[in-house]
Amino acid sequence: MRSILPVVLALVVAGLIIVVMGSNPLDFYAGVWKYGLTGNNWQDSLRLMAPLMIIALGLIVAFRGQLWNLGYNGTFLLGSVVASGLGPNLFPVLPGWLVTAIIILGSLLVGALWSVVPAVLKARFGTNEIITSLVMSFIAIGVVNLLIKGPVHDPNPRVTAPQTATIARENLLPFIDGTRVHIGFVVAIVLALVAQFIVSRTSFGVRLDVFGASPKAAQHVGISRSWMIILLFCTSGALIALAGSIDVLGNVTYQRANWNPGYGDAVMPFVFLARLSPLAAIPLVAFYSVFANGGINAARSVGLNSDFLLVVVGLILVFMTITEFVGEKRRLGQGYLPAGMKQSVMALFGPRAAAPVKVTTPAPDKVTTSSSPTTTTTSTPGKVTT
Amino acid sequence: MSTIAAEPGVISLREITKAFPGVVANDRISLDIVGGQVHCLLGENGAGKSTLISILAGMQQPDSGTILVDGRSTPINSPKAAVDLGIGVVHQHSTLVPAFTVLENLMLGETGVLRNETRAKARLDELSELLGARIDPDALAGDLGLGQQQQVEIAKAMWKGSRLLILDEPTSMLTPQAIEKLAASVAQIKAQGLAVVFITHKLREAYQMGDCVTILRGGKNVGHIGADQLASFSEAQAQRAILAAMFGDDVATPEAADLAGATEAHREVDDIELGTKRVRLELSGVATRGHGHDVDIRDVSLAVHESEILGIAGIDGHGQAALAEVVAGQRSAAQGTIRFDGADITRRGVAGRQQLGLRYVTDDRLHEGTVGGMSVAMNLVLKRIGQRPFWKFGQINRKAVDAEAERLIADYAIKTPSSATRAGTLSGGNIQKVLLARELTDGARFVVVNKPTYGLDLKTVKLVRQILTEFAAEGGAVLLLSTDLDELVELSHRIAVISDGEIVGIVPNDGRGTAERVGQLMTGAIEGTPATEEAHA
Ligand SMILES: Nc1ncnc2c1ncn2[C@@H]1O[C@H](COP(=O)(O)OP(=O)(O)OP(=O)(O)O)[C@@H](O)[C@H]1O
Ligand SMILES: [Mg+2]
Repeated sequence: MRSILPVVLALVVAGLIIVVMGSNPLDFYAGVWKYGLTGNNWQDSLRLMAPLMIIALGLIVAFRGQLWNLGYNGTFLLGSVVASGLGPNLFPVLPGWLVTAIIILGSLLVGALWSVVPAVLKARFGTNEIITSLVMSFIAIGVVNLLIKGPVHDPNPRVTAPQTATIARENLLPFIDGTRVHIGFVVAIVLALVAQFIVSRTSFGVRLDVFGASPKAAQHVGISRSWMIILLFCTSGALIALAGSIDVLGNVTYQRANWNPGYGDAVMPFVFLARLSPLAAIPLVAFYSVFANGGINAARSVGLNSDFLLVVVGLILVFMTITEFVGEKRRLGQGYLPAGMKQSVMALFGPRAAAPVKVTTPAPDKVTTSSSPTTTTTSTPGKVTT
Repeated sequence: MSTIAAEPGVISLREITKAFPGVVANDRISLDIVGGQVHCLLGENGAGKSTLISILAGMQQPDSGTILVDGRSTPINSPKAAVDLGIGVVHQHSTLVPAFTVLENLMLGETGVLRNETRAKARLDELSELLGARIDPDALAGDLGLGQQQQVEIAKAMWKGSRLLILDEPTSMLTPQAIEKLAASVAQIKAQGLAVVFITHKLREAYQMGDCVTILRGGKNVGHIGADQLASFSEAQAQRAILAAMFGDDVATPEAADLAGATEAHREVDDIELGTKRVRLELSGVATRGHGHDVDIRDVSLAVHESEILGIAGIDGHGQAALAEVVAGQRSAAQGTIRFDGADITRRGVAGRQQLGLRYVTDDRLHEGTVGGMSVAMNLVLKRIGQRPFWKFGQINRKAVDAEAERLIADYAIKTPSSATRAGTLSGGNIQKVLLARELTDGARFVVVNKPTYGLDLKTVKLVRQILTEFAAEGGAVLLLSTDLDELVELSHRIAVISDGEIVGIVPNDGRGTAERVGQLMTGAIEGTPATEEAHA
């Protein structure tokens, strides 16, 4: 119930905004349904869902350990540039399966290595990971753009736009029989189920929960704090980079400089709505995939800019915050955010800024503020460019 | 008593009821809190004292019942409403923000743009003086020992409290001197016309500080001793009356006196011949380093024998945490060696030591010892994550976990609605039993316990002490860190004194006068005169 309420409220308010802008909200939502689900459109939605789901898992891994990994945009692009950079060069000279394997492993490795930096800084010196992961993300975005404009630029001299060569159709991830949904979607769902199994049934899941609940308790139980931070950050980064390579290998087939779909920003609220449960995240991410995929055309059909979708995501965040606030006051079950994560956000804004807020309800609205700067360079999510 | 019409200066609770899943924490409780009086609230663990306080503090809403302020019905529906009414609260468990400094924590409640730090510092000095505490305003709250945190909490409540000051077990971590200082400042506050609600498990404090007493049991108000009556009682009479109400009438008089701690503390453990016992744990020249404002230990050499309880006395925050953690393996030793049954374990981690039978009952039972959001069952096997039979091939075996939990819950009489209940909702005493049950089970050979009985009701204190003496009698070894001198005298074979991270002396606990000698060592160490006792065992 608490997972759905903010979404419903956001959709209602979004409808009102559409009215104010002079369009018919019912047309818009009908359009979302039509372009998101009917005909073959559901297949496009699922194709979009593959990277979103894997990123959601990457975020869950970090957030469960109360680590704010906000470097997802950069990590995602690093993963995708591994695919778009290596793919066009290697596929012609090596067996396809081998190249795919190299790309998958390469992206996992790059994502993990990139995340070592904020992880080690946090583990060794207690540096706030919000800042370091964001900085690493900006650096990654720059590096990716340089790569695309330089070393991995399309060798075809007629292509002047900053972009890589396209990976040939036969080298892309295979489709599930009878659909245009690539197996990356299956990978995403399997990963989600595995993650669910790990968090709910294995000893590592309990260790993760203890660590997430209280680093002090984790130390008491004998869980190494540094090791846990590094492991979680690297796993998180590896998954998010994997999402990037899978999106290129299965969906977008090449990469332009300045391409940044901002998937992480979009799934973040849903990860919290799912209360960091991989299983619960599946329907929520599926919902968003349909909404995003259908919403682009629906927005166009009623004369709205497709940025409108981000407004809806923002509204969900706002209502989530409000529900959290009211809920905490009236003790309606658990909050979405683990308490320790709120604290690390508060610490970022300094005691002075956070001081007027009462201790019992540490400003969850800061969450919105911290994630919004990263949404600025977002283009339309999930656009299929074939 | 509860029929008098509420008058100005009185906060009256009428028929307050609050239920949680499986328990009625407050069951139609009525009482009056009168200005210029100290109202003591007593009752066993889980009786509902803290719940009643959290209702007064606006943290929880009663299911039914009313609160009358100056005769007018006044709902307290937020912590802010309580502050506006002039109600200051020291909660049982720290509510300080660990990442903030002491001063920042104290100024949290201040609204308005002007946050005058100089004035705040001056006020803190004033309060420190009053409390007899030395608190560094720039220390991070998270770096303070629990005892110091408690002092900051009291300062924080007095910062604002202008009408009613509520102290939920403020003395559980304080030394006798600090308690005397607190009593003096409570008297001062009372003289200014403020009302004070004082929760404690120590009957002596209730008698000495309280003007009237209310006893809760099972969520009900089961006894009230009015101001006139209490004044006419002798201490023994008062104790009998309180105990009868607290535990029912089945407490025999000598046992009652014993429970109340009215008799002088004397050693209760059996004699052992140290020379004939093997050394279980040996520290030689151990030092720790780092860790913010926390006091480290320096050059500590100690030996604990099998069947021995070695007490460590000292003022809280003098290196006890470092000592306990370096023994448990949570903190690494910068110098020196630690031997367990003769084997060097200096480099072993927590899990390795745990498997050898070396256990640790921490004093921070809420944030370190347990994970409040997890079930009681999971908390009971928390130190054995991944081990058979609870995990097989990495997969949890819930049946085995539940069976073990049921066994420990029965063995240690842990009061919980079920093994699936979240540990954080248990009362303080029962959380402590969860820790003891977990640490002393499954091949324990040595246990470090830090303040094992703080915040426990009289019966549970007795039970815990019994558990520890039995553990020692059966060949276990205990390193007992405590700020409660009576407890040390009752349980220990020898008592070492820690001061500023160093062991300043060891006193064998043989016959009368131990407490005095320990006290001399403590004051001697503080005043810098060299300790005359033997340095090491
Ligand atoms: N938030 C909660 N959810 C569920 N049960 C609760 C909650 N808070 C308290 N309880 C239950 O209510 C009862 C009364 O608890 P309370 O903390 O008021 O006891 P207490 O008298 O303060 O005990 P102690 O002396 O151990 O501090 C206990 O059985 C406890 O388990
Ligand atoms: Mg209590």
